[in-house]
Amino acid sequence: MTLSLPGAAAPEAETRLGFWPVLNDVLHQPSALAGLAIVTVFVLLGLISPLIEPYSVHEATCAVFEPPSWQHWFGCDDGGIDVFSLVLRGGRISMIVGVIATFIAIGIGATVGILSGYFGGWVDTVLMRITDYFLVIPQIVLMIVIAAVWGPSLSHVIIVIGALMWTSTARLIRAQVKSLRERVYVKRVEALGASHFHIIIRHILPQIGPLLVANTVLAITVAIFNETALAFLGLSDPTAITWGTIMEHAFDRAAVSSGAWWAIVPAGVAVAVLIMGCYMLGRSIEDGLNPRLKVSYLSLHGWKLRPLVGRGPDAI
Amino acid sequence: MRGSAYIWKRIVFAVVTVFVALTLNFILFRVLPGGPVSQISRVPNASPALKQALTAQFGLDKPLWEQYLLYLQQTFRGNFGVSYMNRQPVLDNLIEAFSNTIPMVAAGTILALTLGVVVGVISAVRRGSMTDHLSTNIAVLFYAFPTQFLGMMLLIIFAGVLPSAGMNDPFAIGGSGWDTFLDALKHMVLPVTTLALTLYAENALIVRSAMLETLGEDYILTAKAKGVPRRRLIRAHALRNAMLPIVTMVAMSLGAVVTGSILIEVIFSWPGIGRALYTAVLKRDYPMLQGGFLAITVVVITFNLIADLIYYKLDPRITT
Repeated sequence: MTLSLPGAAAPEAETRLGFWPVLNDVLHQPSALAGLAIVTVFVLLGLISPLIEPYSVHEATCAVFEPPSWQHWFGCDDGGIDVFSLVLRGGRISMIVGVIATFIAIGIGATVGILSGYFGGWVDTVLMRITDYFLVIPQIVLMIVIAAVWGPSLSHVIIVIGALMWTSTARLIRAQVKSLRERVYVKRVEALGASHFHIIIRHILPQIGPLLVANTVLAITVAIFNETALAFLGLSDPTAITWGTIMEHAFDRAAVSSGAWWAIVPAGVAVAVLIMGCYMLGRSIEDGLNPRLKVSYLSLHGWKLRPLVGRGPDAI
Repeated sequence: MRGSAYIWKRIVFAVVTVFVALTLNFILFRVLPGGPVSQISRVPNASPALKQALTAQFGLDKPLWEQYLLYLQQTFRGNFGVSYMNRQPVLDNLIEAFSNTIPMVAAGTILALTLGVVVGVISAVRRGSMTDHLSTNIAVLFYAFPTQFLGMMLLIIFAGVLPSAGMNDPFAIGGSGWDTFLDALKHMVLPVTTLALTLYAENALIVRSAMLETLGEDYILTAKAKGVPRRRLIRAHALRNAMLPIVTMVAMSLGAVVTGSILIEVIFSWPGIGRALYTAVLKRDYPMLQGGFLAITVVVITFNLIADLIYYKLDPRITT
């Protein structure tokens, strides 16, 4: 058994963390592939949903709380509207809400994280203080208060979710940027006279790229969760069809007491499957970035040592 | 000496955060559209004179900083205003709501923590085995279901078997203390189960990855080489060191506990703080909403402080 100093080996191993090598690595895992497949199917369904909705989502086409049948696969809701069509349409809007809110959140989080990690000093102190406060204040309650005072509307929900969800991203990115900042190649580029902007765009961003992708995918799950929660509490636009409002209407209009599970299950399962897909994809990318998780000294399959250099198949 | 400096720092941070929350609470209800003046003047046929009188009565004609000081002063005296809905002081409403919430949330959280640690440790130790795959996937599944969905499903499945709403049977009069206790326990089953199911998954996943991280450490290899028994290795060497990230994550997930309990209380008509917030939103009961937000925030901040202190106890090396 050869030993090497972990401190000496680590930087070399990590400089290989380019954007594409990592993604390539990750996409060879079954769970990442499954997650990607789920997300792709949902996105496609969302894109073509107006074309494949079998019935109108505004006019009644069957009896109130009609159970599932061959004509209406998922049955009907309290207004006699086909649940299958509703869930398809709801997915489209829920995903749009989730993605826009996530982009707002990741945008703010990445900017704050990069600025405070890169510049350090008072910028870091001020930004991290603000982040700390946002981190501690219970977000969903603040969301409820803001949404309640502002009035129910889909765009308010998007803004509220996006503007309150960025804190964990900021912390994560800051830590990463802080360590990247100390790398030799960053110091070297700086000494060669590159501008801060150039360094951040060309040398820092590509390195945190995979982490950002993982974070975005995971944040979408939280955004969609928050959307359904806010909608359930009646704080979303009551006329918009989203997975959240479908469940809210079902609850409000006595689907539970009349045992009409088909008015609730499709939307709930759709949320769960999409979130599982996002979670599997995001987690695989995150795990792929952390080679330490690949080793366990207690593993069932005998001895395995942490690779000294390299990752994946070319580890030594 | 440095340790007590750390503790002081955390306490100061908590106090400042409470002030930030207080200020947010003050600003939100004044700067955003639908502030107090427009609320008050929403009376039909309100004359300008009435508006003016109301504005003066509530001190809204004073400069903003003076209003702020007044607000702080009243808040510290425990005066959160009067609820629009039941004309009770908000503080009384809050105390009652919290005393209903605490048993339910405490039971659910403890159950979720225990389940999460057990499942997480087992799947980390048997990494890559069938048990691991199964329990991790089940955890991800429960993590993925929205709380309100799980709650409604439990309601539909157990309707009739278990009580579905409220904290106790309003028609049960004259039973012994034991009967009342049993009745209350029965009412807790569904809400507590829902909360535990939604929370355990996240805990299990966190514990699993924290354990995996520690199991890869060199001292585990050393301990194993020394011949430390497996059970002791897991408990004393691995889990003990994995506790640090677990404590942080659990403290961070307090927000999820709050969210979960709001949804659960709405679904199971549990007369707690979450439902109080919900009805406050529905009825636009602003004093109640403000008070509820403040109360929940203070509770969460306090628990975060406690987590910080536990963290210090577990690992006295930290000083930042």
